[in-house]
Amino acid sequence: MSETPTRMTYREACRQAIRDALHADPRTFVMGEDVGLYGGCYAVTKGLIDEFGPERIRDTPLAESAFVGAGIGAAMAGMRPIVEIMTCNFSLLALDQIMNNAATIPHMSGGQFAVPLVIRMATGAGRQLAAQHSHSLEGWYAHIPGIKVLAPGTIEDARFMLKAALADPNPVLIFEHIVLYNAEGDLDPGVSEVDIARAKIRRPGRDVSLITYGNSLPKALDAAAELAGQGIEAEVVDLRVLRPLDDATIFESVKRTRRCIIIDEVWRSGSISAEIAARLADEFFFELDAPVRRICSREVPIPYAAHLEEASLPRMADIVAEAKALVRPK
Amino acid sequence: MSSQKVHLDHRHGLTLLREMERIRRFEAKCVELYQAQKIRGFLHLYDGEEAVAIGVMQALDERDAVVATYRDHGHALARGVPMGPLMAEMYGKVEGCSRGRGGSMHFFDASRRFYGGNAIVGGGLPLSLGIAMADKALREGAVTACFFGEGAAGEGEFHESMNLAQIWKLPVLFVCENNLYAMGVPLEVSEAETDVFRKAEGYRMPGERVDGMDPIQVEAAALRAVASIRAGNGPYFLECRTYRFRAHSMFDAQLYRTREEIALWKERDPIARLRSWLLQSHMITEGEIADIEASIAAEIDEAVAFAEAGTWEDVADLERFVLMDEVRQ
Amino acid sequence: MSDFAMPSLGADMESGTVVEWLVKPGAQVHKGDVIAVVETHKGAIEVEIFDEGVIEELLVAEGEEVPVGAVLARLTKAGEAGTPEVRAVEEVHPEPEPEPEREPEPSPEPFRPAPSERAKVSPAARRRAAERGIDADRLRGTGIDGSVTLADVEAASPGAASEEPRPRATKVKRGFDPVQMRKGIAAAMSRSKREIPHYYLTTTIDMSVAQVWLREYNAARDPDERLLPAVLTLRAAALALKEVPQLNGFWQEDAFAPSEAIHIGWAISLRGGGLIAPAIRDVDKLSIADLMRALKDVVARARSGGLRSSEMTDATFTITSLGERSAESVGGIIYPPQVGILGLGSIVERPWVIDGAVVPRPLATASLAADHRASDGHVGGQFLSTFARLMQEPPKP
Repeated sequence: MSETPTRMTYREACRQAIRDALHADPRTFVMGEDVGLYGGCYAVTKGLIDEFGPERIRDTPLAESAFVGAGIGAAMAGMRPIVEIMTCNFSLLALDQIMNNAATIPHMSGGQFAVPLVIRMATGAGRQLAAQHSHSLEGWYAHIPGIKVLAPGTIEDARFMLKAALADPNPVLIFEHIVLYNAEGDLDPGVSEVDIARAKIRRPGRDVSLITYGNSLPKALDAAAELAGQGIEAEVVDLRVLRPLDDATIFESVKRTRRCIIIDEVWRSGSISAEIAARLADEFFFELDAPVRRICSREVPIPYAAHLEEASLPRMADIVAEAKALVRPK
Repeated sequence: MSSQKVHLDHRHGLTLLREMERIRRFEAKCVELYQAQKIRGFLHLYDGEEAVAIGVMQALDERDAVVATYRDHGHALARGVPMGPLMAEMYGKVEGCSRGRGGSMHFFDASRRFYGGNAIVGGGLPLSLGIAMADKALREGAVTACFFGEGAAGEGEFHESMNLAQIWKLPVLFVCENNLYAMGVPLEVSEAETDVFRKAEGYRMPGERVDGMDPIQVEAAALRAVASIRAGNGPYFLECRTYRFRAHSMFDAQLYRTREEIALWKERDPIARLRSWLLQSHMITEGEIADIEASIAAEIDEAVAFAEAGTWEDVADLERFVLMDEVRQ
Repeated sequence: MSDFAMPSLGADMESGTVVEWLVKPGAQVHKGDVIAVVETHKGAIEVEIFDEGVIEELLVAEGEEVPVGAVLARLTKAGEAGTPEVRAVEEVHPEPEPEPEREPEPSPEPFRPAPSERAKVSPAARRRAAERGIDADRLRGTGIDGSVTLADVEAASPGAASEEPRPRATKVKRGFDPVQMRKGIAAAMSRSKREIPHYYLTTTIDMSVAQVWLREYNAARDPDERLLPAVLTLRAAALALKEVPQLNGFWQEDAFAPSEAIHIGWAISLRGGGLIAPAIRDVDKLSIADLMRALKDVVARARSGGLRSSEMTDATFTITSLGERSAESVGGIIYPPQVGILGLGSIVERPWVIDGAVVPRPLATASLAADHRASDGHVGGQFLSTFARLMQEPPKP
């Protein structure tokens, strides 16, 4: 069974989650590129092929459409696969299988076939991998009815969201941010499971709600700490689940603070932050004391040069500046 | 069913003939209903190709799985999905096999391991891999028959799936229904290698070509293939050369082929040929043929009545099954 | 007889043209026969008939374009066939659920809207201002882009303490908060008593002439034009203030600042135990009918929470009238920075002396409380007696 040290990296948390899953259910297996012999592009599955064998830690050829579709078919026929797409950048090759099969067959078959499939993908930018390797597509996927989309932003969520995802009869996409893999933190030994339904308030505050997920979460927490030093109490809300969005927690926070900044590492136009802003305008208009603001990536293919990449992504300083503008305009 | 020989006796001859006629008449009724606007959207008919679905289905049993394309009426009927729910499905009624959600292109039947009805060309091949993977672990000896047209050989998914099936020795029977045209594009315009079964060689997969207008030849080939797969030899590829007598779909002026060509292929009509062969061999009588036709006509009438009497799904249930509460299959 | 209609041959086919008839009237047709060639936007398609019988009539000529469903030919059927006749019918799909009625969308905002004249007020601030009876548009905004925020509204509300956030409400709440109001009144009255040296004068007024006049005036009019007694009180006070301007204005910075305009605050008690005295402006300039309208309007808005902030701050003098079945006199407390408040007690029937005889008369006690820094008893007495006289001299018709 899994060891329970209290301190581990996000990467290690993902790995332990997979180990737990494979031990718990013989129908579960991992399938993807370089998950076995290579040990995983981000070393998440390192060593697992020795523990579980090549049938359950299954290397695939470079054929996203085929192996994602195979995961769907296997789930329809009685297995509980964990498909790993190396990064969300490659998932576009499997988009047809995800959208037209996984998300669609349950409804289109009149409820005859569920698709209890988990797809894990690395996502995000910040390692100078240039445009084709730096996408954040979790908000895009959150557009599709018929799937669930998770964005673990903490070690605890990386550790325990997989279990909940495997127990869900629906296709669940889990997006692991590449910058978070190295993050290290303590696990609360009293926690052995998490939900995949609710957002969480990571830091309470009264003056402004910072709503975010993934790798923007630590930036928001840092911004909140800095703002506190200037007398502004920012509340940080970790969305955790992008589809379905937890409106109740978002509204509860904004009701308290009446000001909202959404931080989202995607291109602004048509992003999940736009969806949240629209919901606030729609159902929460009269509670707002200031316009809803968004901090997103610049609308550019993410460039390689360090200073350009940094300027393209949401920055802590931007969050601090926006919060001050809302709470204490001149 | 471990025999690899087709035992063509009176009973089996009648079975083959009846099954093909059922499809042919069903499709004719669909034309009528479509023109009367009872069936809407897209309608892809199987006239001329009946021998492929019927022939292959003789080699399968209940433990096996079937994946088909949007031209799925013949496969669904051959698999034993009852006519009433198929008709009701095309009417859009909730009594349809997919609650009216799918229509002609998306027949599903979990109880008969009929996994659709897929409208994206090539989209069903990866699914069949996964079903076969699960069967390898959970259902000994089960085979997944994956039907697709030769047009799918252009898609990347085809090649990915062939490769993956072979390296993982998945129990998939790939049945390529080569009717020479992908919508309006003939094979020689779109494929470098027009002998589709030779693509299997590129993946070291056993494969053969068979006359798809002859149900007995198809059956024999399918028996061979299924025996090999059940023995654990991995996937098998069958290219069935066939021809669709009707257009690609209802709304097709067939500018891409000549009447003469259609007429030529109609001379090889699998139903007409089998019928005359069985009569000439005194394996069946005209009376039995008449009985078949009458019983099929009655079955179709009943199916239409079932569809006509059906009800519309409550719009309040529109979002039902977007997300599932449980794994029902 | 049965009809052969233009068939639907595709999801997006709406019409077709018969380019060639392959049968003539009198021709025998069988199920599955191709009887016409139809041209569509996708090309020419052969069309089959599903009936058995004899063509009687071709209704559409070659070259004619007709919509899907139009009758092309008629035929007499050859007995009943085994299959049920399926005729083209109108759509039998159920009525779609009617869309809930939506307001027509306003034209979309330009991408960068030009700065507008309208003040920027946050939605939460606007709602709170409405609850408090404050005009948010007139407040100074300290929020982003100069917008008026909740905090700004809180600061402008008289005596309001900082609030606990309300329970989640999606409707705008109307009316007032009695607890806050009580606090406001307490603060204002305490301050008044602390700072203003009040002096008090009273006089008794025979209201019989006013009562008769009012009765006659109202008898001749529809209900919506009838006057309340308050109108006469307001009129008399305004005209009295014109003659005694030392009571109409503000005590500010150790001096009396008279007001040209006469805006009289009319004390209104609210259900739930609050008291508010919004100003009716330019009372001296209003006709009796207009005065009645203004009074009705301000009372209604006071009760529904729709007063403007200017109405709360503009009064130059205040009247508090106890109405009926209340005390006989009221010694008011001045609303700073005003310098006077007139109180009118309930009308009671008492003995009065006219021409040496004792007669019963409807009497009301008027009391003036005034700021001794701004005026003294002589001035106050002048005002009161002028008021009393005017109450007994109702307006000429």
